[in-house]
Order: sequence, then structure tokens, then C-alpha cells
Amino acid sequence: MITKEATEVAPVPATVVPEPPRPAKKRRRAWDEAPRWQIYLPLGIYLVFTLIPFYWILLFSLRPAGSTSLVPWPMTFDHFEKVWTDRSFGTYFQNSVLVGVATLFMTTLVALAGGYALARFNFKVKQLFMLALLCSQFVPGALLLVPLFEIFAELQMINSLGSVILAETVFQLPLSIILISNFIKNVPYSLEEAAWVDGCGRMKAFRIVVLPLLRPGLIAVGSFAFVHSWNHFLFALMFLNNQEKQTIPVGLNTLMGADSVDLGALAAGGIIAAVPVVIVFAFIQKWLITGFSAGAVKG
Amino acid sequence: MAQAAAVAKPPAPPRRRRASATPRRLPYLLIAPAALLMLGFIAYPVISVFYYSLQEYNPTKPWRNGFAGFDNFVQAFTDDPLFWDSLLFSAKWVFVEVGLQLLFGLALALIVNQTFVGRGLGRAMVFSPWAVSGVLTSAIWVLLYNSQTGVTRYLADMGIGSYGTSWLSDTGTVFWAAIVADLWRGVPFFAILILADLQSVSKDLYEAAEVDGASRIKQFWHITLPHLKDAIILSTLLRAVWEFNNVDLLYTLTGGGPAGVTTTLPLYVANTTVDAHDFGYASALTTVAFVILLFCSIVYLRLSKFGGEK
Repeated sequence: MITKEATEVAPVPATVVPEPPRPAKKRRRAWDEAPRWQIYLPLGIYLVFTLIPFYWILLFSLRPAGSTSLVPWPMTFDHFEKVWTDRSFGTYFQNSVLVGVATLFMTTLVALAGGYALARFNFKVKQLFMLALLCSQFVPGALLLVPLFEIFAELQMINSLGSVILAETVFQLPLSIILISNFIKNVPYSLEEAAWVDGCGRMKAFRIVVLPLLRPGLIAVGSFAFVHSWNHFLFALMFLNNQEKQTIPVGLNTLMGADSVDLGALAAGGIIAAVPVVIVFAFIQKWLITGFSAGAVKG
Repeated sequence: MAQAAAVAKPPAPPRRRRASATPRRLPYLLIAPAALLMLGFIAYPVISVFYYSLQEYNPTKPWRNGFAGFDNFVQAFTDDPLFWDSLLFSAKWVFVEVGLQLLFGLALALIVNQTFVGRGLGRAMVFSPWAVSGVLTSAIWVLLYNSQTGVTRYLADMGIGSYGTSWLSDTGTVFWAAIVADLWRGVPFFAILILADLQSVSKDLYEAAEVDGASRIKQFWHITLPHLKDAIILSTLLRAVWEFNNVDLLYTLTGGGPAGVTTTLPLYVANTTVDAHDFGYASALTTVAFVILLFCSIVYLRLSKFGGEK
């Protein structure tokens, strides 16, 4: 189970007690309190490795072209202006938001239905369905480009964002269903039953009893779907030929040619690509870890 | 595969009495959207790939299209050094990348699982590359490895590496350059998975071990590691499959180059599809990749006992 402690600020260790210390306090000292340097030194080194790339891209996006200064001063927003308008990142951004939000809602909704069925019913094809979910995890979307392209051509969806939304949703579904069903399993069935006794229909009972308790799971699954579709590259590259329909990752790739000279534009484009996911990530971080411990690992 | 066909069949009796108040078709209705989407956009394409793998199929050379039997496979195994190279590179890539991710991810998870001042912020910062996409990772590391203005230039000042060549265009350095770039993003993901499981270790065990006088290293070996075993096996396999399949990073970072030395099998497939339009041959290569992945998923099934009662 998820320990509450995971998301809380660490409790202050008890100071010396005259009585023989209670075991609870003792183990907290023993395990949770490694010597400080054993935490801060490796963490510090790792932080440097993590943060330098972020600093580097920020630096390139903010300093004037041709500057070799290691601080972004004098600061300029020219690169951002340039990629946003000249390089169509404004359009890409809109498209990516549309794809991300649509994928988020479709994935969450379809996965919620499927997850509920898996968590609360026994039915004939349940094992088969679960097997299909599992197997599809191992089907690489990138290797299905040819048939997917043909399907979308048949459906007249090439060059429409719908094709990317559909493809992203489908490839997000298996993991999302598994995650959500594990979350629903953690909500006691008796709570729902009690609501039926009180005269609720199944839908209403689900809405007022289960759904609120599922919030961490839905946030984890939804943000996952959003971040994935925001970041994913190959489907958009393949199914959208029209530049006006492209998404951010494809736009970024076009800035990255082998003899890429406009590094400022590349950096600014990268920042634009990163901002939404970093914001999402900052808000959902603690739910995400709970989401994982309830879902993915315990699957 | 057969979910849709089975909708009409009578469902099994509901698990509990009271659930019989609901329509018996409800679970089928609930899984129908997911099942249909997966049938149409995963199952059907998979079958198409098998079909195409037996065809000569190139939209730019339609006069040659037709049934080819196993020619595509024979060509791959006997007459295509690029196939073997890419397969070998895939194995090397997955092995090194996932091994290092496991090592660093485990260490990182253990560290941020401790109680310390600034833990929340520390976690947020070290986990942040998780959110960064393959393409963005490439963009960032293209900047870092740039021969004129990258970090590599400053490292050259300190005597590491040399001026003027990008680490990405040198066949000697490109492997490790790409590995480090992918580690930057992969380690946090691994650490998050392991951290999630770390938090479910019962503290009582450590308490008992403490009473018995076990050192922290012994506690790690005898309590933490056995507890994490399943999570480590699962996440390692998932990552291995993911790293095998992932095309975004290498496609945009190196494009498989220089001179094809960073071409994984899926990347080779993507190039065969996008550039050469040799759909039949690409499908045969895909089929080979499937077989390899199927083997992995069987191992995964065995280890995780997926779908068993809790």
C-alpha cells in the first residue's frame, strides 16, 4: 500500500527521551537517517548532471547569437520571437495542445470504462482482454507505421490531427487501463454497494463514491497521456505532411539538421517544447509516484 | 483478438449477488471502446505487417510488387550486413543503456527515499528530465555536443576530448555520447519506478533488523533488495523493450549515423520505410523484431504472473 509518509514533509526526529526510546523512533533514526554526506554528495553530483543540460538550453535561448558568454546577459528574446513566428512554433504549439488535450480526454475516458470492467466484473473474455493489453505493450508503434499509414489514408485522415490523436490514444490505452483498474481495485467494493443500498444507480454510485477516490489515478493516467502525446514524434512525422498541421517535436526536428547553425532557435524551440510538460510534471509529481506504486509496479 | 466476437455470448455470473442488479452486458460494453480501438489500430496492423512481410511491396516500384514468399527474410538473414549490424547494435544499446539505468536509478531511488532537508525539491529536480521527450533530449544534447559552442569545447579546454569535432559525428565517441544523453532522461524514470516500490517496504522489518544489530548494508541486501526484486525485474524488462523500440532519440540525435554505427533495428526499419519505401522488406524486419519482443513478453508474463488473483 501507499504510505502517507511518501508525500509528506519528513517528521522531525524525536530528541532524546528519558524513557527507553520507543521502537518507532529508533528505527526512524536507523534507516531514514543516513549520514548527511551520503545523501547530499551523490545527490549533488547527480543534480549537476541533471541541471547542466537544462541550463545550457536556457543559456542558448536567451543570449544573443554569436555570444559565447556563460551567463545569458545581455538577455534577448529574439530567438523566441523568431521560432514562434518565422518557424511556425505558434502553430505547432496550438496543434500540440490540441493533440495533447484530446488524447488526455479520450485515453482517460476509454481507460476508465475498461478499467472499471476489469476491476469489478468477472466475464468470459477477461483473461483474453488482459492478455491483449499486455501483449500490446510490446507492440512498437514505430514498427507499425506502414499499416497505420494505410489505415489513416483509407479513413481520409492523413494530414488531419485526428489521426495522431487516435494513434496516440490507442498506444496509451493498455497501460492506462491497467493503471486505472488497479486504482479501482483499491477502492473497497463495499463502498459502492452501500451507495446502491441507499438508492443510487450504478452510474451515480460510481460518480459520487468511486470517482473522487480515483483522482490521483486519473491525474496520473491523464497527465501521462498528455505528456506522451506532447512528446511523441514519429506519428506526427508520418501522418501529417502539411506544415500547418505539424506538432512541436516535428518542428524541433526540422531545426536540428546535421549542420544546424541556428542553435539559438533550436534552444528557444526546445524551451517552448519543454514548458508545458515541466508545468504538468511539477503539479503531478507526488500523484505520479502514488500512481505508480498503486498501478504499474504492483500490476 | 476475439473480444468483439464474444460480446454476444452470455457473460459469466457476476462475482457478487448484488451486482446482478446491473445488466449482464455491462462489462462488455465497458471494454468495447478499448477493444475496438486496439483491434483496429494494433491487432489489424500487426497482421498486415505479417502479410506484407511475405510481399514485394514498394510504392515507388509498383511493377515489382507481388507475393515474395520468404525472400525478404532470406535476404535479411543471408544478404544484408546492415540487418546484422543493426541487430547487434540494438542488443548492445539495450544492454548497456538498461544496465546503467538500473544501476544509477536504484542508487538515486535509495538516496531520495531517505529523509532529508529539501527532499521534495531535490526529487522534483532530479526527476525532471523524465518529462523531457526524446526529440527535446536530442535538441539539448546537440547543443551540448556542438563542436564550436558546446560543453565539449569547455571540456576540451580542460583536456577532455579535442576541439573541432562533435562527439556525435565521431564513430569512436558517438556510442557513449548517445548513451549519456539517453541516461539523462532514462535514469529518473527508473528511479521513479523503484522509489514507488521502495515506499511499500514495511518499516517494521528494518526495525526488527535494527534490534538484531544488522548493519545498514546488511539491511539493504536482506530486506530492501529482496523486496524490490519483482519491481526491478519488471521495470528492467519494460525498459529493455522500451529502449529497444524507442526510435525518437536516435532518429533525431544521430539519425543512425555516423556511417550507420548507431542504427538500431527499429531505426533501420524506420529508415527502410521512410527513405527507401521498401515496405515489404521493412515489414519482414519488423516481424523479426516482433519475434524477439514476443520472447521478452513471455519472460515478462512468467515473472510478473500478470492477471493472477491478488
